[in-house]
Amino acid sequence: MKCSTNCYQSTVSSTLAIGLSFAVLLMLVTAFPSTAATPEQQGLAISKEAKLRDLGWQDSTAKMLMKLRNKQGQTSIREIKIKSLEVTNDGDKGLTIFNKPRDVKGTAFLSFSHAIGADDQWLYLPALKRVKRISSRNKSGPFMGSEFSFEDLSSFEIPKYTYKYLGDEKTNGLDSFMIEQYPVDKNSGYTRRVVWIDKTEYRTQKIDFYDRKNSLLKTLTYADYQQFLDKYWRPMTMSMVNHQNGKSTELVWTNYKFRVGLSDKDFNKNSLKRAH
Amino acid sequence: MKNHLTYALLMLTMPILLTPFLSTPSIANEFEVSGKIGLEARYFFQQAQFSEQNGQSNLSVFVEPELYWNWNNEDDSLIFKPYLRDDQHDSQRSHGDIRELTWTHVGNDWELRTGINKVYWGVTEFQHLVDVINQTDSVEDIDGEDKLGQQMINLSLVRDWGIVDILVMPGFRERTFAGQKGRLRSGLVVNTSKAEYQASAGQQHVDYALRWTTSIGDFDIGTSYFNGTNRDPLFNVASVFSAQSQQATGLELTPYYVLMEQVSVDIQATLGDWLWKVEGLYRDTNSQNYWASQVGFEYTRVGVFDSAIDIGYLVEYGWDSRGENIAVINQNDVFFGSRIAFNDVQSSEILWGAGVDLDHNAQSIIVEASRRLGDSYKLSLDVRFFNSKNVQDILTQLDQDDHIQLTLERYF
Repeated sequence: MKCSTNCYQSTVSSTLAIGLSFAVLLMLVTAFPSTAATPEQQGLAISKEAKLRDLGWQDSTAKMLMKLRNKQGQTSIREIKIKSLEVTNDGDKGLTIFNKPRDVKGTAFLSFSHAIGADDQWLYLPALKRVKRISSRNKSGPFMGSEFSFEDLSSFEIPKYTYKYLGDEKTNGLDSFMIEQYPVDKNSGYTRRVVWIDKTEYRTQKIDFYDRKNSLLKTLTYADYQQFLDKYWRPMTMSMVNHQNGKSTELVWTNYKFRVGLSDKDFNKNSLKRAH
Repeated sequence: MKNHLTYALLMLTMPILLTPFLSTPSIANEFEVSGKIGLEARYFFQQAQFSEQNGQSNLSVFVEPELYWNWNNEDDSLIFKPYLRDDQHDSQRSHGDIRELTWTHVGNDWELRTGINKVYWGVTEFQHLVDVINQTDSVEDIDGEDKLGQQMINLSLVRDWGIVDILVMPGFRERTFAGQKGRLRSGLVVNTSKAEYQASAGQQHVDYALRWTTSIGDFDIGTSYFNGTNRDPLFNVASVFSAQSQQATGLELTPYYVLMEQVSVDIQATLGDWLWKVEGLYRDTNSQNYWASQVGFEYTRVGVFDSAIDIGYLVEYGWDSRGENIAVINQNDVFFGSRIAFNDVQSSEILWGAGVDLDHNAQSIIVEASRRLGDSYKLSLDVRFFNSKNVQDILTQLDQDDHIQLTLERYF
């Protein structure tokens, strides 16, 4: 999943895509780090390049295990299936299907994300067999009681942030760029995010999240990257630690499959209702 | 009760016993068993209003397994979801139903669902006005959200301009009603074994419906047409005769189901934190034609007081052109309430709502709270208050049925 950018978009697109990652394409920038460009231009250029590099994955499916841990070490599990469809020139489409906890089994979430403007989201409630259009305004709220918010899981799109290149630093043992991102949307729960992207493969290695009061809130660390189709990198593990409440959430990805033949017909209200 | 439990156990174990046969790749690519089993306790704050009704407390158990198969790369699937409830006092509330038994085949731009299924139409929360496909299983709860499975063939066409559903429904399901000993019923008991129909084919009449839904920007729009037996019965008062003496010993209600044609719309506008909702229908039957609507909004404040808590405020208004006439519940009624979502690990939630009848002096209040316990249990608390002293209002019959209900469910 590391793919940062793409991954997410791809994966769950908006939905839950865990898209936090970002990153990747910084390479070019590296090559000419300090030419005449301002830090803002460098940050943007790196991010754009990262986005470009992850284009073309088309569609994917994956399983996500979410392990929630509280301060006392008690754990709780969520098991989720994610289908994603790459949409050119807009945000991606995503279908998220819950399997555990069992009381929400069959609940499904359909999302059409947009680069600019609010996403379109529908929720399917299996007990009533009801499809409900929901407000996508609640980006900062926790996803299923975890330390990930909805915006942490939505696809990365260039227009969602403004950028600043902060410098270089070693992270997870890899030489990385540090980029600061400022959310454009006033409904974001963050004032800024600091993202580390490794210089060799341009994968997001770490993100620090700063809350609305600009205090360090959470750190997300990416691990176990795997490459798919000889091009697209995805982290198999993502660990979010909340520094303010002592809780953490770990995401473990399995069964990643690309180009399985998904199309628009797999992302409408009918497919939402038969999700399993 | 024992028989029912044996049946429930059988239903639960059968899929497990069958698994080795069903999981052969050539038969099914995927087979899953899930479901829930629950225990419900009700306590009524007052003595019963009608003499035959049971006392102030009631226990009930229920089970709803779900068996699911898919094959053909998920293009074909079969779902079987039976339901069984065993009630301590009310023999009518002890009942079983096949909620779903449907084979679904998915084509490129169409989908065919054949069997017993459930279909939901509508957008509002306090009344489900345009939701007319499935019969209400009213012994389950009085909120009208529990439905009986409906036999149907449903062809769904997916087009750029929306989804068109064509439904053909061979066979009608009668509404369930509380029995003599049950609480939450009308003064006269409804005798469902004496139901009558306007259609000459009775329960075998074939109903059909058409629906078109689409999303245009922030608007989700549904338009529907229904032609068939009205799910809402009229009632006749009949004498009850003693089996031995053939003497009339009392009165009862018998349901009478008429034919109807209905057109309806349901629209939701999703504008930032605001959801605006409209449902409206025109219903034409032999005895009467009328208009009805339910309109309102839901406004949500997210992350209140710097916490993860969301609070939603709901207001709706129900209107019916029949006015104070007969048994119309929501002829001129205002509803308001709020939903509090704690967004915690246990998914704790509280919803409360109040309904005020502007024509009669009648009010009702509901509170629904739930929370997950561990990974597979859920605890729910429901409280309902009714106040109506006006005999013109149908709610009067529930005036002494204020109650609190605790439900523990185990999911598997």
